Amino acid sequence: MSNKCCCNERSHYFDKFDEIMAKYEGKEADLIPILQNIQEAYGYLPQDILDELCNRTGLHPSQVMGVATFYSQFRLKPTGENLIKLCFGTACHVNGAEKVAEALADELKIEVGGTTEDGRFTLETVACLGCCSLAPVMMIGDETYGRLTPDKARKIIRGFYENRGE
Amino acid sequence: MRIGVSNMGKGEYKIIVGLGSCGIAAGGNKVYEAFKEVVGKSDVPVTLDETGCMGMCYKEVLVEVIDPDGKSMIYGEVTPEKANKIFESHVIEGKPVVEWIVKADDMQTSEDSFFNKQMRIVLRRCGAINPESIDEAIAMDAYKAIEKAIKTMTPEQVIEEVLNSGLRGRGGAGFPTGMKWKFARASEGTKKYIVCNADEGDPGAFMDRSVLEGDPHAVIEGMMIAGYAIGADEGYIYARAEYPLAIKRLKIAIKAAEERGLLGKNILGTDFNFKIKIKEGAGAFVCGEETALLASIEGKRGMPRMRPPFPAVKGLFDKPTNINNVETYANVPYIILNGASEFAKYGTEKSKGTKVFALAGKIAKGGLVEVPMGIPLKEIIYDIGGGTSSGKKFKAVQMGGPSGGCIPADLIDTIIDYDSVNQTGAIMGSGGMVVMDEDNCMVDIARFFLTFTQKESCGKCTFCRIGTKRMLEILERITKGEGKEGDIELLEELCENIKKNSLCGLGQTAPNPVLTTLKYFRHEYEAHIRDKKCPAKQCKALIEYKVVEDKCKGCTACSRVCPVKAISGEVKKPHKIDSSICTKCGACMATCKFDAIIVE
Ligand SMILES: Cc1cc2nc3c(=O)[nH]c(=O)nc-3n(C[C@H](O)[C@H](O)[C@H](O)COP(=O)(O)O)c2cc1C
Ligand code: FES
Repeated sequence: MSNKCCCNERSHYFDKFDEIMAKYEGKEADLIPILQNIQEAYGYLPQDILDELCNRTGLHPSQVMGVATFYSQFRLKPTGENLIKLCFGTACHVNGAEKVAEALADELKIEVGGTTEDGRFTLETVACLGCCSLAPVMMIGDETYGRLTPDKARKIIRGFYENRGE
Repeated sequence: MRIGVSNMGKGEYKIIVGLGSCGIAAGGNKVYEAFKEVVGKSDVPVTLDETGCMGMCYKEVLVEVIDPDGKSMIYGEVTPEKANKIFESHVIEGKPVVEWIVKADDMQTSEDSFFNKQMRIVLRRCGAINPESIDEAIAMDAYKAIEKAIKTMTPEQVIEEVLNSGLRGRGGAGFPTGMKWKFARASEGTKKYIVCNADEGDPGAFMDRSVLEGDPHAVIEGMMIAGYAIGADEGYIYARAEYPLAIKRLKIAIKAAEERGLLGKNILGTDFNFKIKIKEGAGAFVCGEETALLASIEGKRGMPRMRPPFPAVKGLFDKPTNINNVETYANVPYIILNGASEFAKYGTEKSKGTKVFALAGKIAKGGLVEVPMGIPLKEIIYDIGGGTSSGKKFKAVQMGGPSGGCIPADLIDTIIDYDSVNQTGAIMGSGGMVVMDEDNCMVDIARFFLTFTQKESCGKCTFCRIGTKRMLEILERITKGEGKEGDIELLEELCENIKKNSLCGLGQTAPNPVLTTLKYFRHEYEAHIRDKKCPAKQCKALIEYKVVEDKCKGCTACSRVCPVKAISGEVKKPHKIDSSICTKCGACMATCKFDAIIVE
């Protein structure tokens, strides 16, 4: 994204950012909502946008990076096309989430936290998705998959590659 | 379930689909769409609606059908196919599909035991109203308590009532709510804030989310009453970022209340003003701690600070602030409307009212349950929860999440109140209750929680930052079979020091999962360290998968499912597992139909 050189395109790149900044005064208390908006618009927190944020608000880079790295929601790198959120909450843990994680990591040939080479999946773990009665649970995009077994999890991924989505 | 809804068409069937997070995860939206389609095609007038969590998460997707005469029946485990059948049979032909019914007004079902011992105060409207309809909430008494408070009571009287009710904070520590309000009222200053802690950090708990999703008005009204009591005109709800549905419904509820003049200036014609803003958290467990939460609202890194000064004196933007938990606020309207003594009727001497629990883990009937304080743990696990889901022996229940501990099967007669639970070494916490059976390794559970707290430690104080790290290393070593003599003692020493010297509750309580498992399951630690055995057969480094030759039929199912090709053997002859290749994923055991694979 940052290798766009044409000035015109570059200015479009900042359009979404401009829209976000128009909604806020840019005070310290707005920092977290602004970062959340940036992440929603760009999928992660691009460095050039963060630089621009510091320029416009006068917030110090250390302050912005301090907040961006403190909270686990914020990402400094883009994710794959499909974000897998595998629940590592207590209910999922006692029902075997770790085995599901191993199966997913093996199937996708990545570590937890990583993105597949083809850019299709990023595997993340989260704490409790709030549907503990379906444990172990994962979400891929907005879809929830419950009562997982290692085998079922592998099949779901294969389903994506076979384009069935299930 | 739905009682007294004013806008219900008379003489019509009403179909209500449970669309809390759990319902949606189980496929609720597809069921809703299926009903929408058949209702659209039919000439029979039917109202289709949605509601929040009805509590029986283990039977999701839940659908309630209300007959024209007002009789209610709830169907469980509904799928789009079943939806068609229910519509055909129940609505068109007037013949309910009895075998799928899990709860009904005039019929007993096998699931009645789930509700019999419950008592609903906080959840009084959850699953009974459409959470996006303020009218339905008002028809069930929403905003009557704030009206009573601002029109007929002084702030002091409101505080007195809450004090007399004996309500204690539901966020974990159980501090008397009325007392907290009194301090905030007494603080000097004209600008004060109300904050609602909806950060719900305990991984494995979803009470607050269900309340926000099912009845956001209860929380809004509770905050307003608190605002009136302490003299605040502004409130913040700090909600976990992972709760998009709760946030959406809160926004709808706040907007509706503003439009009705229930929030804003000169509320209900009085000179009471109150507005509410939502702040979304960004994923940090420590932000559940009140001073960290305030820092986060202010846009800073969520790091706790020393108290005093307490938030009641110096809180949000340095102004006096009252912070309570979601469930605490949701109790308040009931207390004001029905009187302190009505509330205090339930519970024990020092713990009044009810408590909501998220019952999960290896439990047959997991879900959201609200019980009167004083109920024995046994009744929650067996009478309501139906025992373990695996049918295996119940081993322990974890209460209070990363700050809590495990209560073993021997102590199942413990009654639910703050002090009795504390005596076991666990804490009441915010209401997570995760059940474990004999297949769960208690050292592994301790390691699990330490992994969590270690990751979530904000790093400000040394004991928490480094102490939890060292504890985690020891626990990892033990579960890997590399434990040494002296490890238990070292753990105990670290626990002691971290508890004593940490700045905030996160560090002070982080050792609890280790301390309680050491107290009740020390033999498991010893087995790992001395015998290099995991009694629950869970810790990978200490187990081996084996084929029982007599039982193996040579069906080859296991060798086909093995992801690393560790199983070999000829068709119809006993197979063998090469333990040098085996990754102990358990796939073979799950596949074998003849119980021919065992773990040793
Ligand atoms: C590490 C840590 C995490 C906490 N997480 C929560 C939480 O998720 N929700 C909550 O209501 N209280 C949480 N608390 C307790 C709050 O600090 C505070 O006591 C509570 O919000 C007060 O409300 P109450 O009096 O209504 O219980 C947490 C405390 C600590 C130390
Ligand atoms: S612990 Fe996984 S959904 Fe709650």
